Amino acid sequence: MRPFSYTRAETLGDAMAALAANPTARLLAGGTNLIDLMKYDVERPAAIVDINRLPLKEIEELPDGSIRIGALVSNATVAHHPAVTERYPLLCSAILAGASPQLRNAATTGGNLLQRTRCYYFYDPSTPCNKREPGSGCGAIGGVNRIHAILGASEHCIATHPSDMCVALAALAAIVEVEGPDGRRDIPFSDFHRLPDDHPERDNTMRHGEIITAVRLEGNHFAGHHSYLKLRDRLSYAFALVSVAAALDVKNGMIVDMRIALGGVAHKPWRDSLAEAEFAGQPATEETFAALADRLLAGAEGQGDNDFKIPMARKAIVRALKQAAAGTPQVQSDKQIR
Amino acid sequence: MDIATAHAQPKTRVALTINGHRHDLEIHPWVTLLDLLRGPSLQLSGTKKGCDHGQCGACTVLIDGERINSCLKLAVTLDGTNVTTIEGLGTPDDMHPVQKAFVEHDAYQCGYCTPGQVCSAVALLREGHGRSREEIREMMSGNLCRCGAYTNIADAIQDVMDQEVKVGMREAAE
Repeated sequence: MRPFSYTRAETLGDAMAALAANPTARLLAGGTNLIDLMKYDVERPAAIVDINRLPLKEIEELPDGSIRIGALVSNATVAHHPAVTERYPLLCSAILAGASPQLRNAATTGGNLLQRTRCYYFYDPSTPCNKREPGSGCGAIGGVNRIHAILGASEHCIATHPSDMCVALAALAAIVEVEGPDGRRDIPFSDFHRLPDDHPERDNTMRHGEIITAVRLEGNHFAGHHSYLKLRDRLSYAFALVSVAAALDVKNGMIVDMRIALGGVAHKPWRDSLAEAEFAGQPATEETFAALADRLLAGAEGQGDNDFKIPMARKAIVRALKQAAAGTPQVQSDKQIR
Repeated sequence: MDIATAHAQPKTRVALTINGHRHDLEIHPWVTLLDLLRGPSLQLSGTKKGCDHGQCGACTVLIDGERINSCLKLAVTLDGTNVTTIEGLGTPDDMHPVQKAFVEHDAYQCGYCTPGQVCSAVALLREGHGRSREEIREMMSGNLCRCGAYTNIADAIQDVMDQEVKVGMREAAE
């Protein structure tokens, strides 16, 4: 790891001032991704601002029925919190499908949103990567690309977003609260992460100097019918090849409302709210789910090694929606897909 | 920054309680908890360096009772915390119940992953989320064993859990 200067921020103001003072400074929370990237020489911050002392560690139940999760609440705390478990079981399931207990204890809510892709080329500074070094090219296009994107990729980058938690947050239409030099603002989850287009070095739409303070979840009708289905190379402790967060509001066998987000397939958690709206009012049957899967994957394009992801995603979408409709969400301990 | 310049950089003061003993240390900010523990000042080499990237769990220790990968924690960020390593759980003459169970169930072969496995299992018992065989295996998936002693590791943990349940039931009945 390259040497860096270290500052411990006690307040949000401290942290913002430290960021403003040094454009190459990076915030350190759980560190599970940043420290790793520094060891690989992918991240080379001259200054680290430790934000672990900031008062962003509460899960608040707000009077309007929403829940605000502080940016420094650990992934494990969110996954086992009684109110989150009761009202947003899809989120708990997705968190428990990811990483390991040790990493979930250290990793924070804000940090999970900001983790970088696990593209092999991004992680290897001896290869070209437009995300790591803009303009250097993309090693994955025409290279080894088994884990790469099938939706929304660009000619500059075909990396995927690695988070499981974020797939559930996309489906639940979470709101990201950020604070920066220009004040506070709310970012709808679907606008938080971005597609690579001409700027794959930018993972999200935060502005320089902004800090995530919380993630807010509004009330929902999906607690009874949901499933997080994650397909990967081994049964635990591996990133998704394809994952599906499915949530349904079903009455008398008909879809009243639905949300579906895909992980492991794009530069951001993939959600298509227009497609969701089109399928409202239809019967909650396998035929409907298959038609929806075709609709969601209409623009899918393989890169060679990852062509298998397209039929895999199609089947995963149908299976997750069937699990959700039946009220039998995917179990994250035994992994048996029923 | 070259190495000489790096070493001339200011150190940060950190107070850590490690296995019940307070240590006032001055360290460079880029030193991980893993390297601090194993380094010359503390010489607690029970915690093992496997991958050094949070992928194997060999470096698992407890911070304020919670298991984490010590390779991914900068020691300077842990000022004021309680760290428990394998050295703090038991001694050869007075083993922790999890250590005893690992011996009884032959839950290791080369032993390199064992300190991390034991620390992880101690935390798992405290967390209280895993109870079934499947849950134990899932909740221990952050600890790899290249010898493949998984069956016996799960047996050892299951054994301690069953004993704790029996003790709990006995205490409840009294």
